[in-house]
Amino acid sequence: MRRPIAGAITLAHGAGGRASHQLIQEIFLFHLGNPFLQQGDDGAVLDPLEPGSQGGRWVTATDAHVVTPLEFPGGDIGRLAVNGTINDLAMMGASPRYLTAAFILEEGLSLALLDRVVASMAAAAKAAGVPVVAGDTKVVERGKGDGIFITTSGFGLLPPGIQCGGCRAKPGDAVLVSGTLGDHAMALMAERNGLIFDPPLLSDTAALHGLVADILTPRPAAVHVLRDPTRGGVATVLNEIAQQSKVAIEIDESCLPMRPEVTAAAELLGLDPLYLANEGKVIVICEATDADSILLRMREHPLGQQSSRIGEVLATSRPYVEMKTRWGGRRLVDWLMGELLPRIC
Amino acid sequence: MKHHAEYRDPEAAKRVLKRIHQSVDPSREYRFMEFCGGHTHAISRFGLHGLLPSNVRLIHGPGCPVCVLPIGRLDMAIALAMKPGVILCCYGDTLRVPGSEGNSLQKARAYGADVRMVYSASEVLTIAEQSPSADVVFFAIGFETTTPPTAHLLLETQRRGLNQVSVLCNHVLTPAAIRAILEDSEQGPRLDGLVGPAHVSVVIGSSPYTPLASDFQMPIVIAGFEPLDILQAILMLIHQVNEDRHAVENEYTRAVVPEGNQRALMAMREVFETRESFEWRGLGSIADSGLRIRSSFASWDAESRYDLAYQAVADHKACECAAILRGQKEPLDCKVFGTACTPETPLGACMVSSEGACAAHFTYGRNLRNFR
Repeated sequence: MRRPIAGAITLAHGAGGRASHQLIQEIFLFHLGNPFLQQGDDGAVLDPLEPGSQGGRWVTATDAHVVTPLEFPGGDIGRLAVNGTINDLAMMGASPRYLTAAFILEEGLSLALLDRVVASMAAAAKAAGVPVVAGDTKVVERGKGDGIFITTSGFGLLPPGIQCGGCRAKPGDAVLVSGTLGDHAMALMAERNGLIFDPPLLSDTAALHGLVADILTPRPAAVHVLRDPTRGGVATVLNEIAQQSKVAIEIDESCLPMRPEVTAAAELLGLDPLYLANEGKVIVICEATDADSILLRMREHPLGQQSSRIGEVLATSRPYVEMKTRWGGRRLVDWLMGELLPRIC
Repeated sequence: MKHHAEYRDPEAAKRVLKRIHQSVDPSREYRFMEFCGGHTHAISRFGLHGLLPSNVRLIHGPGCPVCVLPIGRLDMAIALAMKPGVILCCYGDTLRVPGSEGNSLQKARAYGADVRMVYSASEVLTIAEQSPSADVVFFAIGFETTTPPTAHLLLETQRRGLNQVSVLCNHVLTPAAIRAILEDSEQGPRLDGLVGPAHVSVVIGSSPYTPLASDFQMPIVIAGFEPLDILQAILMLIHQVNEDRHAVENEYTRAVVPEGNQRALMAMREVFETRESFEWRGLGSIADSGLRIRSSFASWDAESRYDLAYQAVADHKACECAAILRGQKEPLDCKVFGTACTPETPLGACMVSSEGACAAHFTYGRNLRNFR
C-alpha cells in the first residue's frame, strides 16, 4: 500500500541520505518504476540491439548538477557535470563514449562566467576523450534559478564479461577506496564559510573511467561493486550497497584515508567526514583474494595513489554498516539523516 | 588544529582503560552521568561504551541544548519565521527540531520562510547589513557556551543602534539543571558521579559546581570532549567513589579555571537576567534555569517586540524522555523507541538531536548487542 503523499520538498530530500532514498522510492519509482530503474544503480545497462549478441551493451546514466558557488577551488559546475556523468557510467564498468548536456540559465547570469564554465566543460570532456554530442539551453527569469543548472546524460559501452552492481557484494568480499575522503565537500564548505587553507583545499572532481579500467582489466569477474561516494558520502553509499546486496559491511576507522586539514575542518564545523561528498573517488567491493593486486594497480594510477583497504563484507540477517573505531570500540554507521547539519556544541 | 591527535591516541587510551579496569571494585556498580550532549556524542562516536568494565554505566544527561528546547518555544520561532519580511537566523541543528504538528524551521523554509543557518551569532550582523529592509531575528539557544556570543550580539546591536535586529532568547543555565537532576537522583536510582561540562565550564568556571558536590555528596569531574578526557574523568570519578570523596575535580585544566571567563560572564550579566522558571523539554519547569533579556535591551528582545506569548505543548504520552534524561530509564525501556520515535520522526527530547540519548543509541548502537 502506498503511503499518503503530503508535505513539501525540503533540502533534506536533496542531501542523498534516507530522505532522498524515500523520495525516489515513493514518488519516482512508484510512477516510473521498471526493471532498469529498480536496479538502483548509477546507470542502466540497456538491452542488446540484436538478441543474443556477443558484443558489448550500451549503458546510460543521467545526472543533474547544482552547486554553490559555481566556481570553487579545484573545479566548477561545468567540470563537475562532465566528470559526474562519466563516473556514473564508469561505476557500471562501462567505457564512456558520448555525453549530452542541458543548461538552465538564470536571467542576469554573467556571460563571461558562462564562457569560463563551458570552456572548463570542454577541457574536461576532451581530457576524458568523451565528446558532448547534443545539448539544449533554457533561460528562466531572475530569481527562478541559481545561475546555472546543468544536466548531463551519458552513453557508454559495457564490454562482455563485466557485471558490476550494488546488489552483487558477497560475504567475504574486501572493501577498497581510491583515496582521501571528504575533499570535495570540505573544499566547498571552506569556501562558503571563509575558512582559508594554505595550500588551499581543492575539490577532488575527476573522471574515474581510466582508474576503473585499470581495476577491471586483470580479472573483471573479481570486481562486484563500483560506486562513487558522492552526496551522503561513504557512509550513505555503503548503506545503499548493504541494503541492495543484503549484507553487513564492517569498516576500520584507522584505514580510512583522510587529509589532516579535512579532519580538522570537519571537527571545527561539527561534521562527520564519513558523510561528506566526494567527486573523484571510487569504492570497490571485490573478492578478497584479488584485493591486494587490485589495490596495487589502483595505487599506480595518478587518481588512486592513496588507495586503501577499508573493510569487509559480512553475512547478516539484517543489512547494516559498522565501524571499528581507532579505539577498538564499535559503532553503527547509519544513513545520513536529513540534511548534513553542524552540531551546536 | 593538530592538538586533537594527542587526546585521541589509542595507546594512551589503553593505558587509562587498564587503570580503570584495575581500579573498579567488582562488588559494586558505578552509575555516572555525563551531563553534556558533547560527551554523549563522543562516547558514541568513539565506541567508548564497550571498552569500560561492565559495572561502570554511563547515563546520558539532558545537556543537549537542541533536545531540551520546549516545543512551545520552537513554535514561537516558526511563527516568527513565517512573518513576511522576517529573516530568522539559527544554529544548524535547530533546523530540524520538530515543533507542534510536525512543523520545523526546515519545513517553514520549504514553505517560503527565510531561515538562515549561522555558525556564530555575529553572522547575524552581516546578514542584517546585507538585507537592510528585513527584520533579522536571532533564535538564540544553548547553555552558557553560546550565551556570551548572544550577549555580544546584543551589545553590538545596541552600540550600532540597529533597529532591524532582535533576539528570541532561550538560553538556559547548567548548574540549575544539574541541581534538578541531582534532587531527583535522591529519590533513586542514585547517581554515583557526574562528568561535568566542558565548554560550559570554560565560561562559568569550576566553582559553581562546588555547592552541588557538597549538597548532594556527589563526585564531579569536569572533562574535555576528547575521548581521552572522558576516560580520564571516569577514572577520577571511580577513585572518588572508592575513596568515598565528593569533590569537584578538573580534568580539563587546559581550558577551565575556577573563576571562569570573567569578560564573558560580565557581558552575560549586563544583557541577561534569570527567569523565575523555564520549561525544559522532557524535564518540565525548572526554577531559575533560564535567561531573559534585561529591560534595558527590550527594544531588541523579540519576545516584547513581536508580542509573542508562550504556549506550553505537552510531550507525547508514551514518551519516556523525562525518566531517560534523569537516568531512571534507558532508551530501550521506551515503548515508542525505534518504532514511532526515530531520528527522522522524533517524538521526544532524547531523539531530537544526534546528541540526545535515544538518538545516539539509535544511530550508533542499535545493532550492537553489548551496547547499553
